[in-house]
Amino acid sequence: MSLDKEKIKHVAKLARISVDEAKVDSLTKDLNSIFKFIEQLNELNTDKVEPLTSILNQSLRSRKDEISDGKIREKILKNSPEKNEEFFVVPKVVE
Amino acid sequence: MSNITNLSLSEILESIKSKKISSLELTQAYIKNIENAKKLNAFVTTTFDQALENAKKFDNKPNNEQLLSGIPLAVKDLFCTENVKTTAGSNILNNFVPSYESTVTKNLWNNGAFLLGKLNCDEFAMGSSNETSFFGNVINPIGDHLVPGGSSGGSSSALAADLTPATIGTDTGGSIRQPASFTGTVGLKPTYGLCSRWGIVAFASSLDQAGPMTKTVNDCSIMLEAMSGFDEKDSTSINKKKETYSKNLKDNIKGLKIGIPKEYRVDNMPKEIDELWEKGKKILKDLGAQLIDISLPHTKYALPTYYIVAPAEASSNLARYDGVRYGYRSQKGKDLIEMYENTRSEGFGDEVKRRILIGTYVLSSGYYDAYYLKAQKVRQLIKKDFDDSFTKVDAILTPSTPSSAFKIGEKTNDPVSMYLNDIFTVPVNLAGLPALSLPAGLDKQGYPLGLQLIGKALDEQKILNIGYAFEKNCGYKNEIKKWWS
Repeated sequence: MSLDKEKIKHVAKLARISVDEAKVDSLTKDLNSIFKFIEQLNELNTDKVEPLTSILNQSLRSRKDEISDGKIREKILKNSPEKNEEFFVVPKVVE
Repeated sequence: MSNITNLSLSEILESIKSKKISSLELTQAYIKNIENAKKLNAFVTTTFDQALENAKKFDNKPNNEQLLSGIPLAVKDLFCTENVKTTAGSNILNNFVPSYESTVTKNLWNNGAFLLGKLNCDEFAMGSSNETSFFGNVINPIGDHLVPGGSSGGSSSALAADLTPATIGTDTGGSIRQPASFTGTVGLKPTYGLCSRWGIVAFASSLDQAGPMTKTVNDCSIMLEAMSGFDEKDSTSINKKKETYSKNLKDNIKGLKIGIPKEYRVDNMPKEIDELWEKGKKILKDLGAQLIDISLPHTKYALPTYYIVAPAEASSNLARYDGVRYGYRSQKGKDLIEMYENTRSEGFGDEVKRRILIGTYVLSSGYYDAYYLKAQKVRQLIKKDFDDSFTKVDAILTPSTPSSAFKIGEKTNDPVSMYLNDIFTVPVNLAGLPALSLPAGLDKQGYPLGLQLIGKALDEQKILNIGYAFEKNCGYKNEIKKWWS
């Protein structure tokens, strides 16, 4: 299959990345060459193969649903590009 | 002692313990080297003041019982360091100062080491040449026109140029082993789950693993011992007893079975790589190991599988960079959605965007089965190839890379040719296995070439032992002319 420019713009929208119109052509070319490479996998019949979902011979551990830290609001807000005392600030969402 | 920085980590540790040199003198010697090596662009951040303080503290009250007593270390800028900027080589984390320390670096500090600085790397560890970093490409000390490999290119360059006595990198598809091979150093990708991923900027969570990069195999065993261990904060961390790799290092490999996979060749592979492989086989055979021909039939499908799995996981992991909680935020855009789109477009570089788009596409509605599910199935076949082989052999010997270090700019216009550089390293990540890259020789241009030893899961000790025996008998010497200072 091949990816056209419209499809790429759609995927970019899903990924929340604005794509510079001037770069769409080269991006299309690169992505198509990568997908051509990826699609070698279609040579293999995998009908009877179970997908590998974990390479560990153990299941993921879960922990008790208890608070193990807390009172670190300042630390969490510290790296925010825009904040007021207690909140992250984003551009206005509701009119 | 004028040449202290030329020494291996274990030799330096001896000098510290016997008080031939103080930690402060050692730290000052590295700082001087780093200041003279700006041309290499290996560092994103230096923490000299903090390092000098820590060195003095050590000298005042030396504790020589630790694995890394009084040792300054620079680490890849993918490890979060408390109150020290951590960028992952990206504009989007250009101003990010973590309020916590990664488990792996904390383990190093708990063993007596301290931070010297943060090393440049490909953006979010996505690259094989260190050319995708927002902070510019790193130069290989082997030659001013050569890439140091990637993504841990700042690490390999700094280590080979004597700017740090040892270092750590991360390896998702070869990012420790390929740069080690390109610079004539030792690099180990541990078994998935042996070193905690907590506090490491995530790329592809089912493949990422931190590991040591060192001048010798002994150094590698010391660093692995210091950095590894169970961590409650990483849900995929393996809970097992801690091993003492350095104490158990042995060079007797008599009777071990070494698999030689016939599939580890590519078209137009330089003759020198084959010759190097032959040389490696002969060394191990002369040491009493038994060579056994094996087949890993799905090897050629490892890279296409990787380029589905890794971008898929990356697109999901990198969704967190939204310009709200940390990192860069664009000032352009009329609403929240446009703010996200502009932030991510301006904050990420081209290679990262390319991989996010691949990942988003292969996970998108209607394509999941054709790509992601297919890749998970092929990943199973690749793992089974290794499982089958390891019923017959103790370890596998292959070349580390299909070429020596290439020129800066040589592969930047063709992503697939760049990806092909990882053809011998990627299968190991997909199967979660440990693998060690060892310097083994030079090509006709005088550039280093490496060989790779792949082990069974959690069999690090065995590949370290084989590497240790190999190193003693290989006669490789990394003599780098310091043209940059």
